[in-house]
Amino acid sequence: MNGLADEDLALLLLIRCFERKLLALFEQGELNGTTHTCLGQEYVPVSLRPLLRDSDWIFSNHRGHGHYLARFDDPEGLLAEIMGRKGAVCDGVGGSQHLRRGRYLSTGVQGQSMPVAAGVALHLRRHEPGTLACAYIGDGTWGEGAVYEALNMAALWRLPLLVVVEHNGIAQSTPTSAQMAGTVAGRAAAFGVRHHALDALDVTAVRHEVAPLIEEMRTDPGPLVLEFRTHRLGPHSKGDDVRPPGAPPADWYAAYRAAHPAQSARIEAAARDRVERVAAEVTARPLASWGGACA
Amino acid sequence: MRVGENLNRALHGLLRDDPSVYVLGEDILDPYGGAFKITKGLSERFPDRVLATPLSEGAIAGVAAGLALAGDKAVVEIMFGDFAALAFDQIVNFAAKSVTMYGRRVPMPLVVRCPSGGHRGYGPTHSQTLQKHFLGVPGLSLFEVTPFHDNRVVLDRMLALGEPCLLFEDKVLYTRPMYGEGAVDELFAWRTVDDVAVVELADGGDPDYTLIVPGGLVHRAVSAMRALLLEHDLAGALLVPSRLHPFDPAGVPGLVPLLARTGLVCVAEDGTAGGTWGEHVAAGLHARLWGTLRRPVALVSSAPSVIPTAVHLEREVLVQDTTIRSAVLEGLHG
Ligand SMILES: Cc1ncc(C[n+]2csc(CCOP(=O)(O)OP(=O)(O)O)c2C)c(N)n1
Repeated sequence: MNGLADEDLALLLLIRCFERKLLALFEQGELNGTTHTCLGQEYVPVSLRPLLRDSDWIFSNHRGHGHYLARFDDPEGLLAEIMGRKGAVCDGVGGSQHLRRGRYLSTGVQGQSMPVAAGVALHLRRHEPGTLACAYIGDGTWGEGAVYEALNMAALWRLPLLVVVEHNGIAQSTPTSAQMAGTVAGRAAAFGVRHHALDALDVTAVRHEVAPLIEEMRTDPGPLVLEFRTHRLGPHSKGDDVRPPGAPPADWYAAYRAAHPAQSARIEAAARDRVERVAAEVTARPLASWGGACA
Repeated sequence: MRVGENLNRALHGLLRDDPSVYVLGEDILDPYGGAFKITKGLSERFPDRVLATPLSEGAIAGVAAGLALAGDKAVVEIMFGDFAALAFDQIVNFAAKSVTMYGRRVPMPLVVRCPSGGHRGYGPTHSQTLQKHFLGVPGLSLFEVTPFHDNRVVLDRMLALGEPCLLFEDKVLYTRPMYGEGAVDELFAWRTVDDVAVVELADGGDPDYTLIVPGGLVHRAVSAMRALLLEHDLAGALLVPSRLHPFDPAGVPGLVPLLARTGLVCVAEDGTAGGTWGEHVAAGLHARLWGTLRRPVALVSSAPSVIPTAVHLEREVLVQDTTIRSAVLEGLHG
């Protein structure tokens, strides 16, 4: 694994520690509702972070904590949203999977964001050339028809739509082999949409591969499907992993720690402390107040 | 037995007894057994007829309609009832219409199960109760799971109708017990009149008010009835139909005397006001019992709002036992 700047590693480990803390808070009965952690997939938004601009739109999904933290470095606001406390990003109304902040938006209905992202891309193409709309979707979400309707329009109209597929091999409990005929690559090819697959878990390597593709999208607009072959380490939400125990899936975390033990230990300790402080501070806040539906 | 277990057993029995039945849905295979475990054990016993689907709600409903068209029967699970919106076209514009739009009746034995409702902190897209959006569609019946009605009987009835049916299932009910023969608790008893469960004070007498609610509100309604009795000395009755639509309580002879004697009828439901089941029931009662009702029918819905995720905000929006209690007091004295 290539060495990373402290700042990149700190972000990776912030997300890892944040997600672990959420699962712990659930176990302690401090959280209710549901949540989907991105354990194992943290490197995807961290890799893309310097390649995306503040003016780009991001459409996230149910497994979006890493997407949010990579964009805003705001564990306080996110945890407050999840816990319904003061300072919540969306007043506690949206919760874990319905966030909106500036040009960042997530929704809990799979596939829904793809046509919306295409619409935003249509606007950007005319009014803000060089800016793109990025939509994160999982492999399972390729079951939804809206994905194809959007991809078709994006190809026809040469829209700057970046589709980031986090292909973690499973959708809730269903392995990809049981829910996807063919491949993501084949589906993109059918629409004449450019597709690039990535197996690397190494942030530096990913950036190196992806940077020219994204730059090209900015000057010569058209959709691009980036398929990250990644791994969901945790349960789908919480306590609902029925996969038989087997060899642990590849994890950037273990690989990086093995290659850079001292830096990892130092930065992880700091990230853990930060998350603990944030959790204690947010838990002590009063409940979020909301002006109501019409406010 | 819990309601969820009753439903699970009903599906087991249905698949066992009728080889033409298929069950389809996302993540319904063992060992997962569905997001709410209602399909547990089905795929191990009936692997050929219990199918896990991709995330494709529209196509799942369409495939179910195709099975029905070809002579089979299908039960579909929509993981969260909110996503029935993605299947709306297949249900409303194909399955329901096909029953009659080809001039001769086309049987469409098909059930779409919709786990619905909030109180679990799942947020705006995973907590809704969408009944009202499917009301009044020719060829489409709406049912709701209740703690009174055995789900095997309900499933058999829906499939025998030969038209698509939506079965709404309040997620909170899954872990609540089915009421045993006769008694709700030490105060209230229940019996059925047609397919309507009628809950009354065990020692009888005319009710001061009568509630009509779908199955998901039963516990909130009973809790309100206890408080109204113990704190306000008001005796209530409660009507809980299995079939929500079509439903015409004033057309059920066994219910008319009760409705005529009561001081107030109040219909409570989840979901926001405006074009709702409750309004439809109230309109029917007003038209048919205008001369006998003592007061206009009172209606209870959730607040006009999305359903927030945070529990304390969700509580302010959704119907609670106290909402029902206040509506009755206001209806009688306000
Ligand atoms: C329209 C719709 N159907 C079903 C669901 C329930 N659901 C939430 S996440 C999920 C699995 C998604 O799988 P995938 O796209 O592979 O993403 P992953 O969870 O693996 O990150 C399902 C079935 C949903 N949220 N929206």
